[in-house]
Amino acid sequence: MEHREHAVLSKANKTKELRFTKPKINRKVLLGSILPLTLLIIWEASGRMGIIESHLLPIPSVIVEGLYQMALEGTLWGHIGTTLMRVFAGFLIGTFTAVIIGSLVGYMKIFEELIDPIIQAFRSIPSLAWVPLFILWMGIGESSKVILIAVGVFFPVYLNMVAGIRGVDRKLIEVGKIYGYTSFEIVSKIILPASLPSLLTGIRSGLGLGWMFVVAAEIMGASKGLGYLLIVGQNTYSPDVIIGSIILFAILGKFTDWLLKFIEERSLRWQDSYANQR
Amino acid sequence: MLSVEQVSRTFNKKQVGFSDVSFTVKEGEIIGILGTSGCGKSTLLRVLAGLDKDYTGKFTWEKEQVGMMFQEPRLMPWLTVEQNVGFGMKGDSNSTIQELLKLVGLAGFEKLYPKDLSGGMAQRTALARALVTEPKVILLDEPFSAVDAFTKMQLQKLLLSIWKQQNTTMLLVTHDIDEALFLCDKIFILRGQPGELYETIIISEPKPRDRGDFKLTTRKAEILSLLDLKQTV
Ligand SMILES: Nc1ncnc2c1ncn2[C@@H]1O[C@H](COP(=O)(O)OP(=O)(O)OP(=O)(O)O)[C@@H](O)[C@H]1O
Ligand SMILES: [Mg+2]
Repeated sequence: MEHREHAVLSKANKTKELRFTKPKINRKVLLGSILPLTLLIIWEASGRMGIIESHLLPIPSVIVEGLYQMALEGTLWGHIGTTLMRVFAGFLIGTFTAVIIGSLVGYMKIFEELIDPIIQAFRSIPSLAWVPLFILWMGIGESSKVILIAVGVFFPVYLNMVAGIRGVDRKLIEVGKIYGYTSFEIVSKIILPASLPSLLTGIRSGLGLGWMFVVAAEIMGASKGLGYLLIVGQNTYSPDVIIGSIILFAILGKFTDWLLKFIEERSLRWQDSYANQR
Repeated sequence: MLSVEQVSRTFNKKQVGFSDVSFTVKEGEIIGILGTSGCGKSTLLRVLAGLDKDYTGKFTWEKEQVGMMFQEPRLMPWLTVEQNVGFGMKGDSNSTIQELLKLVGLAGFEKLYPKDLSGGMAQRTALARALVTEPKVILLDEPFSAVDAFTKMQLQKLLLSIWKQQNTTMLLVTHDIDEALFLCDKIFILRGQPGELYETIIISEPKPRDRGDFKLTTRKAEILSLLDLKQTV
């Protein structure tokens, strides 16, 4: 009897210990989802009671049902895949060129004087103004869309890259000079890692702009993609399709941003920042 | 080894920095540089290390390989302690790194990032980084300013043992007169704004020395009076 009691006690202790570490995440998820869930319930309920007109704002269950149907038919995956590919390609091209040009401009005075003024001038053009020109040049095929997205991604990455390099502590660079490092070694071993935090910030806002621009690119003329679904929804008077693709945009955007954030946290563990202290 | 002829580096319309410094250093000598705060000691080391080109005058090194430990640790925040120590090394050198880390008392802390180090630990990491490449000449800017008295003595002994093994030439900026008396063959006293080489003190006692040596204690009084700005001039 006594033995048993003891066993139970220790078990209780164990669960207590487990709880001690786990609730942190659960609590965050719970607190964060209270508001959205309540809103969803109110939305659904008021739609069913006829307070909201369903041809303007369909209820959540109808939207999910629509998405589910498209998923069953298989068309949904094609749209998602196309959009993802475009964002991915544009993002890669934009980031890559921004890192290269940003490094040159940030590190070498001569490139700054040569290139930075013209880039700043181009930056003041709202990027969407390029749309007609790109269509004229490249048609409404994939390349014009990818390039447009790349242009959108380029600027935040470029600006943060340059700012990051300029902010690198001169004292660290001197350490490299003491060891007789070449310019290339100084860039690759000191300047690039030191400006990584700033670069990652740039990449994350670049990705955000990438999602914005893929919508623009797909609205201006496409036969596939989530942005195309928006137009289909508009032309066929089906708000559920529009809201459905908006939700998909949100999910995809959030997911890709979360991926980047994950990489950021992984690679910036060395940072002596406020966030790392918690 | 090193000859310096009338080298000056001043800032702010020649109000601060150092000016007209001339001296020579022979191979294997340990030179101490003492002087009040702000009289240009760090600036002098930066010029000699080739980091500051805006000086006037002339100096020549016979050997090229100059190591330096800065007044601040200057560790790369994205590298761990052992990676920082190996920062200037080429090729595989893990065993040397581990050995030196042990010597400066950092065994077991190899994987920490600089943000997790205490001031003294960061300073010892920087010392290890400066020593690990075994330079023929090493410039040390207040290398033990952040460690306790006991660790300091151990590190001073470490410097001496390296000097003995490799006959390293050292230029050591310090505020600690006992340290200078324990380690150095010559002590340069810098004074004034901008700092000038005011006096050279030669200590011919063989190393290693006894810290309580009576002769050294009398030299200490001498140095103190030289550093006191009010007394002479
Ligand atoms: N880049 C610079 N621009 C302007 N003034 C400078 C610069 N570097 C150093 N100084 C000035 O030169 C003087 C000497 O500086 P230095 O760092 O060499 O002093 P120090 O002798 O090493 O002092 P401490 O013992 O406090 O380390 C100071 O007055 C400082 O303000
Ligand atoms: Mg100094």
